[in-house]
Order: sequence, then C-alpha cells, then structure tokens
Amino acid sequence: MKFVENQPSDDTLDLVCRMCPLHLLEPGDKLKCLKKGQILEVLTDYDGALEDIPAWCQKCGQEFIGMEEDEDCYKLYIRKNN
Amino acid sequence: MRRVYMDHAAATPVRREVIEAMLPYFDEHFGNPSTIYDMGSKIKQVIEEQRVKVAKLIGAKAEEIIFTSSGAEANNLAIKGSALAKQKKGNHIIISAIEHHSVLNSARFLERMDFEVTFLSVDEYGLVDPERLASAMRPETIIVSIMHANNEIGTIEPITELSAICREREVSFHTDAVATVGNIPVDVNGLGVDLLSLSGVSLGAPKGIGALYFRDNLRLMPLIHGGIQERGRRGGTENVPAIVGLGRAAEIAVKELPDKTNHIGELRDLLVAGIHERIEQVKYTGHPDKRLPGHASFCIQAIEGEALLFMLNQEGIYANTGSACASKALKTSPVLVAIGIPPDLAQGSIVFTLNSSNTREEVEYVLEKLPFAVERLRSFSPIWGKKTAA
Repeated sequence: MKFVENQPSDDTLDLVCRMCPLHLLEPGDKLKCLKKGQILEVLTDYDGALEDIPAWCQKCGQEFIGMEEDEDCYKLYIRKNN
Repeated sequence: MRRVYMDHAAATPVRREVIEAMLPYFDEHFGNPSTIYDMGSKIKQVIEEQRVKVAKLIGAKAEEIIFTSSGAEANNLAIKGSALAKQKKGNHIIISAIEHHSVLNSARFLERMDFEVTFLSVDEYGLVDPERLASAMRPETIIVSIMHANNEIGTIEPITELSAICREREVSFHTDAVATVGNIPVDVNGLGVDLLSLSGVSLGAPKGIGALYFRDNLRLMPLIHGGIQERGRRGGTENVPAIVGLGRAAEIAVKELPDKTNHIGELRDLLVAGIHERIEQVKYTGHPDKRLPGHASFCIQAIEGEALLFMLNQEGIYANTGSACASKALKTSPVLVAIGIPPDLAQGSIVFTLNSSNTREEVEYVLEKLPFAVERLRSFSPIWGKKTAA
C-alpha cells in the first residue's frame, strides 16, 4: 500500500457509512466528471476498499496514487488516466 | 349510513390517479430495478423520476431523497443513522417531549447505547422555546430533532428559528414533517433543516411508503443492510408501486396545496366555532393560530375520548383521540401531559383532522351529532354532576 500525506485533489467522493460494493461503482461515475490528469479523493470507512480500490484502478486503467488515514475514515486518491 | 371521515392524520384515502399510476408496476413492469437488462433498468429510471417529484414538493434536490417504508422508518434513519455516523464527534441528542413515538423511541434506544438524550419541555401550546434549545446545547451535541407540527394538538413549531441555532453550532437538525407535508407548504431551505421525514399516509399515497430528505451528502449509518439500493444507504428491493404512488401523490399535492389549505382551514374554523357554541367546558388544545389548517383538537370535560369515538362511530363519524398507543396502554397522552392538561381532562381528548374531500355539510353533521353524544356520556358521569354543582 502506498501512503501519501496532504495530497491535493480536484474532487471528493464521500462513501463513509455507505454499503459495499458502492466503493467499486461510484468512483467510476465520479471520474467521468473529471478531466484526464485530475485527482479524485475517495473517503471510506470500509477496510475492504483498501484492497479493492487499487485493484479496481489497475483493472480500469486509472492510477492509484495512495492513501492516508484520517480521524474517522480512509482517504484514497485516484488520478484519472483515461 | 352516512360516513364522515375526519381522521386524515391517521390515514388518507389513496387517490384514484395514484392507484392508476401504480397499477402497471404490479404486473406489466414488475422487474427488479437492480437488474441490468432493460426490464429492470427502465424501472430504475422510473424510481429516479419519482425522486424528482418528491424532491420538488419540499424544495430539495432529487439526490437528497431516500425512499423508506414509512415516516417512522424515515425518523429512525434520521435519528439513529445520524447519531451512529457521528458518534466519534459526540453522544448528546436533543428532542422535544412531544415527538412522535418513532422519534422518542429511537432516542430511547440510543440512550441504551450510551448516548445522552435531553427531552425539551414545551409551553402550554406545545411550542418549543428557541432559547431553551440554545441553553440545552452542549459541545457534544450531534443531532436535534423537533417535529414540524404535532399530530395530536396541531401546533406548528418555529423550525426556522430552531434550525438556525443548530446551524450556528454545526449540529444536524431533523424535523418530522409527516403531519405537514401535503397540508401546508414545506421548503427544506426555508426551514433550514438538514433532515426531514415525510410519509405517504398524509399525502394520499398508499401506506408503507415514506421518504427522508438529507442535505448535501450528510453521513447516515444505514439501518437496513443489504444491497446498494438508495445509493448504499438503505438495502432491500424497492417497493416500486408504492414509490410511484408517492411520486404521483407528490405531484398532485404541489398542484392542489393552496386550495386545499384554504378549504380545510375554513372547515376547521367552522368546526371549532360550532363546538364552542354547542358544548360547554371544552378546551381547544394546541396553539390557536400557529397550527395545521385542517386540525381541530379538544379536551372535553367529564367524558372518555374512547367512549365518545365509539358513539360517533355509531353515527358514521370517524375521528381520533390523538394518541392511539397511549389510549390502548390506558395511559394519559404524553403530549397532553407535556402541555399541562390535567389527567382527568386529558381523558376527554378528541381530534378531527380534515382533508380536501370533507365538506361543509359534513362539518354540520358532526356539529349536530357531537353535542348529543357528549351530553349522553356526561349523563352517565359521576364527575360531571359534581363539577356542575361546584
């Protein structure tokens, strides 16, 4: 797992308290609204997302930048590649 | 026998247009909205269209609406869902002492899980004092819930002032608007609320459907875990016919609300004046002006509300005592206790709630039959003799 600190982002998707497998569906929809090269911050409290989101990025050709642990959730960062 | 129904807070008839809108979704369009083939995806789209209609009724955005099984579920989700999502920030909840049981019991459930609850008292009309709310707030307060209007006494709370106190302190504010949506204009932005519950029952939609408004992606812990229906906030296959019914009822409500409010307000005033003219020792409960237009609630001295309901039932008149749960449990209504009605007078509670379908003739019929029923019950009452002699 790659860790980052104070990573800037262009948009945020808050998935805290929301049910699995939403963390694998909503990032794709949200990325459609971003431009190539922009960064999406995904907030989640679901441990499984730490494994699922990097794997999803690889499958979909997006770049997983890394994650940071916050007070009440994880922050995961994705750069839009396509 | 003539039938005069004046218990619309308990249930409203489902409109013919609503039934017709719902029917195709029982057989022709029966598919599961979560499926990816067109029989399902088209229905998913229909659900989203209903979300737009319900949102429009309360001035919200479609993505801020969650469909639930009832107003009670919406209240549960608002209180428990917010508290559980925010428990790292604090553990204090404030509600009024006259909330519906779905709010009261949600708060009591959270008390068992180490949350602390303040039950705010109300004045003689059932109004919550904004200053009292401000002084009850603590750094660990995470949610406040005050109903928009009370179903038993009709009083409309000063929601805009109350929500402003919460906004200043970044505390979520919920209002149970089951009694108001469809009866008076409700606008979530004007009210300044973060969460608002509504029910199909008071809108001419079927029973078994409600909705929760939540502002701007506010975090809510789901109560029903399952699939990712309602964007991961409520599991379970959607009740498509009922959602379509709620959407159609919301559309009709937007169109008809101004006329409805005037009509039921006039009938209510006629009923209230007539009762005061014809029956002595009657207390009109709730606020005289800040109240629901179609709501008339009274406590009648020296009678039992249930006995009166029974006698009115014999004449084809259907009303309510205001608190079915309390009356079944042989308990004085907590709302009437909270506004300071003595227990003996509270026993004589009767509530009439009107709708567009009620007429002037129906009000006159009630005014003809009610005094007779009261007189008859009082003739059996040992208290009545003593009161009048004294």
